[in-house]
Amino acid sequence: MDNTTTPHPALQFFRVVRRLLGVWYAFMLTYRFEIMLWMVATALPLIMMGVWIEAGASGLFPDITAVSVARYFLAVFVVRQVTVVWVIYEFEFQVNSGRLSSNLLTPIDPAWRYITMLLGEQGARLPFFVGVVALALLIYPAALRGEDGSGWWLPSLWQLGWFVVLTYAAFTVRFLIQYTVAMLAFWFERASGFDHLIFLVFLFCSGMLFPLEVLPDGMREVLMLTPFPYLLWFPATMLATGDVELMPGLAILAFWMVLLFVLNRMLWRRGLRHYSAMGA
Amino acid sequence: MTRYARTLRLFWGASISAEMEYRANFVFAAVGSVLTLGGALATLAVLYQHGYEMGGWSWPEAMLVVALYTLLDGFQRAVLAPNRQAISEHVQQGTLDFVLIKPMDAQFWLSTRRLSIWGVPDVLLGLALIVYAGSKLDTPLGVGGYAAGLIPLLLGAATLYALGYALATLTIWVTKAGNITIAMQALLEAGRYPVPAYAPLFRVAFTFVLPVAFMTTVPAATMTGKTGLVWVIGSLGVAVGLLVACRWFWRFALRSYTSASS
Repeated sequence: MDNTTTPHPALQFFRVVRRLLGVWYAFMLTYRFEIMLWMVATALPLIMMGVWIEAGASGLFPDITAVSVARYFLAVFVVRQVTVVWVIYEFEFQVNSGRLSSNLLTPIDPAWRYITMLLGEQGARLPFFVGVVALALLIYPAALRGEDGSGWWLPSLWQLGWFVVLTYAAFTVRFLIQYTVAMLAFWFERASGFDHLIFLVFLFCSGMLFPLEVLPDGMREVLMLTPFPYLLWFPATMLATGDVELMPGLAILAFWMVLLFVLNRMLWRRGLRHYSAMGA
Repeated sequence: MTRYARTLRLFWGASISAEMEYRANFVFAAVGSVLTLGGALATLAVLYQHGYEMGGWSWPEAMLVVALYTLLDGFQRAVLAPNRQAISEHVQQGTLDFVLIKPMDAQFWLSTRRLSIWGVPDVLLGLALIVYAGSKLDTPLGVGGYAAGLIPLLLGAATLYALGYALATLTIWVTKAGNITIAMQALLEAGRYPVPAYAPLFRVAFTFVLPVAFMTTVPAATMTGKTGLVWVIGSLGVAVGLLVACRWFWRFALRSYTSASS
């Protein structure tokens, strides 16, 4: 047996990813102040919570109460914090400036660099948003205790487990959408403009502005076929009430993931052929 | 004064011709504005579907608030945001020195130098929706009704400007504070809904901590006659107070500005 052989490629890959994660986490920690500001900049679910607590308290909406929407929007806030994706700005910059070239030289697909970058940032963000949620529960304890006879907010282990899985599925889909649009940077200078338009549709269709239960049935059923509800509403509702249709949801999620992944790899290959910056 | 007016015309003329180089951006901006406004109105429709009236505000009244928000946001994106962004760039690159030695008030220069077409579609859509919402009220607005909103709206715009400029001034000390104004802009989105629509604690915060109320709620309430002169006077107090504070803060910041070369 020869001990000097390189480790199994899979093992090698995990080592590299783990190292990248550590590096990015340390990198992001130096931007704590900015990251806190970004958290404030993505606090729209908490603003909407203020509107919907009043609406829920009116009793005019059949499916929601003040307590249920407070829980829902807190969960949306958490999902949002763990699924913020800004890879397109980084990628667009790297393509336009030619810095992508040096990333192409490394023996690992650049996508892993971006994924670990985003996960590292989420790690640095964690203490801030946990603090905000704790503060919100302190200010509005009814969300935790329940005032409308719904009892304490105690998600089961089953709910918590699925919440984590679905939240990272949401992150994956959001990443795939944005990273696929980012491929347009090979052909257009401002690919982020396209993503911004998708983001505006996402705002309305994802459950960021209202819980999707309040929509008319037909409209909601159509929306559930798009990827958007799975980016916020689906995981958030899993945590808030657990009242979601899991199996159809997972099937649609899988469909979009595969579709986006295939599209992404296709555009990546064609884009690289088109890419001609800085000595490529 | 005429010199400042003439300079302003030159600034904005130059900005517009520079922006015209990127006409495709205008299409993006316009599509984005239509989507944003459509989303805001659809969200209102979701809220109003079961006869719920946010804080006792009728559908046209709530629409008026969305319209005023769109207008102010357009003003912010056309004039305020690009200039705020430039302040931190000047500090980072050391070019603030060149601005300070110009024979002109530096705050005026820094507040008006740039104009972006990104906000223009919002301004147009906002104005159109104000007229439409006003005509749908139970007692449709006459010319006087629209005019009544003008003063509180200008005061709201002044409040918005002063708040943003004061925060942008922080870049003198913390070079990377550009994100502060972006965070502020995000919180101001609360102005899409009348402040009485919020839960009690939010109402307090949006009136006394972050003066969202004075930007859209007070102008709308004045136009519809929901509130009297008291709130307009309050609005005046907030605007003047913040303008004075912002001016003082800017001068104070300049005193601790050690230029790029020293």
